Amino acid sequence: MKTFIGLEVHIEINTKSKMFCSCSSDHFSKKPNTQVCPVCLALPGALPYPNREAVMDTIKLGLALNCQINLKSKFDRKHYFYPDLPKGYQISQYDQPLCIKGEFNGIKIRRVHLEEDTAKLIHEKAEGGDEVSLIDFNRSGVALAEMVTEPDFHNGQDVVNFLKEIQLVVRYLGISNADMEKGSMRLEANISVGEGDELPDYKVELKNINSFKFVKNAIDYEITRLTELVNKGERPVQETRGYNQATGKTFSQRSKEEAHDYRYFPEPDIPPMKFSEPEIESIRELLPELPKQKKDRLIKDYGISDYYAGILIQDQGRADYFEEACKVEKSDLISAKTIADLMVNKNLDQEFPEPSGIVKKIIELIKKEYAGENEVARAVEKVIQDNSKAVEDYQNGKGQILGYLIGQVQKELKGQGNPGDVNKKLLELIQK
Amino acid sequence: MKLNELSLTEAQKGLREKKYSAQELVNSCLERIKLVDPKLKSFITVCEEKAQQEAKDADGYLKEGIDNKPLLGIPFSIKDNFCTKGIKTTASSNILKDYIPPYNATVVERLKDAGAIIIGKTNMDAWAHGSSTETSDFFTTHNPWDLSKLPGGSSGGSAASIAADEVIGSIGSETAGSIRQPSSWCGTVGFKPTYGRVSRYGVIAMGSSVDSPGPITKTVTDAATILGIIAGADGRDATASSKKVENYLDNLDKPIKNLKIGYSEKYFQAANKEVAEKVKESLRILEKLGTKIKEIKLFDPQYAIAVYTILQRSEVSSNLGRYDGIRYGQDRTYFGEEAKRRIMLGTYCLSAGYYDAYYLKAQKVRTIICQDFQKAFREVDLVIGPTSPSTALPLGSSKNHPMFGEVADVLVEPSTIAGLPGLNINCGFSGEGMPIGMQIIGPQFSEGLILNAGYLFEQATPELKVKPKI
Repeated sequence: MKTFIGLEVHIEINTKSKMFCSCSSDHFSKKPNTQVCPVCLALPGALPYPNREAVMDTIKLGLALNCQINLKSKFDRKHYFYPDLPKGYQISQYDQPLCIKGEFNGIKIRRVHLEEDTAKLIHEKAEGGDEVSLIDFNRSGVALAEMVTEPDFHNGQDVVNFLKEIQLVVRYLGISNADMEKGSMRLEANISVGEGDELPDYKVELKNINSFKFVKNAIDYEITRLTELVNKGERPVQETRGYNQATGKTFSQRSKEEAHDYRYFPEPDIPPMKFSEPEIESIRELLPELPKQKKDRLIKDYGISDYYAGILIQDQGRADYFEEACKVEKSDLISAKTIADLMVNKNLDQEFPEPSGIVKKIIELIKKEYAGENEVARAVEKVIQDNSKAVEDYQNGKGQILGYLIGQVQKELKGQGNPGDVNKKLLELIQK
Repeated sequence: MKLNELSLTEAQKGLREKKYSAQELVNSCLERIKLVDPKLKSFITVCEEKAQQEAKDADGYLKEGIDNKPLLGIPFSIKDNFCTKGIKTTASSNILKDYIPPYNATVVERLKDAGAIIIGKTNMDAWAHGSSTETSDFFTTHNPWDLSKLPGGSSGGSAASIAADEVIGSIGSETAGSIRQPSSWCGTVGFKPTYGRVSRYGVIAMGSSVDSPGPITKTVTDAATILGIIAGADGRDATASSKKVENYLDNLDKPIKNLKIGYSEKYFQAANKEVAEKVKESLRILEKLGTKIKEIKLFDPQYAIAVYTILQRSEVSSNLGRYDGIRYGQDRTYFGEEAKRRIMLGTYCLSAGYYDAYYLKAQKVRTIICQDFQKAFREVDLVIGPTSPSTALPLGSSKNHPMFGEVADVLVEPSTIAGLPGLNINCGFSGEGMPIGMQIIGPQFSEGLILNAGYLFEQATPELKVKPKI
């Protein structure tokens, strides 16, 4: 039995204005229908005027996912009737998407293309008790990048891990918050379970997963359901299924018989796009250091653990804060490891907006806890007395024994000796 | 001469010299409309009060001597597929019979910025689907030269309003023939510019890859004046060209000696004898002006019919998708017969499995037709031919002929699908006294040269300056 999962991930691009008009694209929890114009309302005669920034952002995403960029690309019309689609078609990309053939974390990326978001339908009870459907066009026409992977996943956990990485990359690129709960990142998973190693000739499209929390559950539930069907010798039907987060189950929404013919054709209102290699290279140069590169570098440059580096890079700002703090600290009193430790385990960075603040604080903490000068002197004298053999060995050239003596002093001080102070005092007394 | 009979150029001059006021000019047009429009039916909407108010304002500006508004106080009629803020815009369709747009089309905005006054909105074939105004969901417009005949279309109302002196200037739009063909049948000047020369923003879309707004006027100079104002890049239309707009008025009377003009017999063979002969005569007039006339080879214009039909129906089926019954008050049962036919044919052409055979194939032939013209324009500067195969046909001619428009527009379709500019100018009258139109086609963005040739032809034929008796 083998499971194949391919993903379609929609990411709302956070450009200032919408994809084809100058309305604000920041639509979350805004008063309905206050950010609209003839273009995103699809009034008679209105025309789309493409947003260059959104095109650049999609190319950046493609480059970050190691895609090839199509030097000739275009928009197409994808037709279907739905109340949230006021033109009767969505401006999308069909056979010449901006980005193709990528690879990210071992998963092949089929394509990344750019399209426009739909309006939002709100179903509620109106005064008088009638069930009504309302349309909010604030989201209509917001730039939306769609990434499609090959069916390279085999379980829900891998999907979750991949999505988290994608979310991080998108945030590093600064092109979206990719927040699943707010709908700025949306997932559709195409799942097939078959008996052999070959990709089965059907797929179940799983939709309506509105939170990271439910991704694994929804997919695993569907895999189990399909596996049971296949085990019984049944061929699962090709269909679209939704996920009900209350019951934790998936349910059928639409079967193959109702499949759409989208009647794609090149969007005549927008001339085709052409790019040159140097143009693409200059966009590549704008890419920031991506999470994986940053993690590797933090481990290499600062000697911190894989675990700490992994946590710090979850937030680009936090990783920068860490590096800044390391730069500020010049006294060698505290190590990068200590800074990382106090950030990860004590969230000390939350208390100090400025990296110099955390460094000062750490130094204070250390000073308060270190044993005083007299205490150190007493401990050192005691250790020299108790370890005359070792001191003698040191004086006869066995330099490595110094570590043992320092350890003994720290033991005496219950670990509260300032390493610099202990070192200095010990050498002063045994170096004759 | 009554004020409404003035050309735009004359009216501009008279207003500035204070021979009459904008209010007098506007009222003269409104009176004319009241007198003849019950017979002609050019207008769907007449904005009497609004126009009078604007005329009053214009007189105020004229008094102050404001000079940055070249069309200040000039009454215009606008085809009813151009969105006009606060003025009903129907595209002659029942679906939009009550629709009042909240914004102006770019063309309308530019005219208004230049001081123009909108007198009213003119009848057309519904959604611009046709060449007769007979597919209008409201009524048919009549030809000012003979009320029993059609004005042509789809900009039939605009052409009739100019021919009948109901306004001073007018705006139409052409997908294939919709400016030139009604201009030919009504004896007006009609100029379809290069695709992309004039913004389509706010023009209710028909065939998006071919739609071109343009002027319909009494003289070539008027057309040059209006084009200069409405042409140019637009941040709301991605297909509008950013190429600099020439000053079309500057070169109107430049001598055209040594200009090479081509004609293709194929275009004359497609026209009736009377039309063909009159246009041939016009070629001799142009020859006397010093141009070199030369026969060239062009594809049979019939090939363009199939290409144009497939591309246009496909785009129509997509563009009318937004009238899905959710908004505008009327559901899809309100679509007329012609619109339904076009939606069905276009939907079929774009369907899975048929796209390659129809739409994609049509695009390929379109490229070949473009190349055919490019080849021709290496030999000659301009191409001249009849605009329409016939003079205006009787009312009712389009009924029961689903391909009426495509056949009536056979001579303008090749240049349309190649995106080329073309000017219709009256070149004579038939035995019945109906106008005969000649078209001057040029390479992309050769508007200046076309207007130049048209102007000199117009100056050489003063005997054609006659008005219809209504």
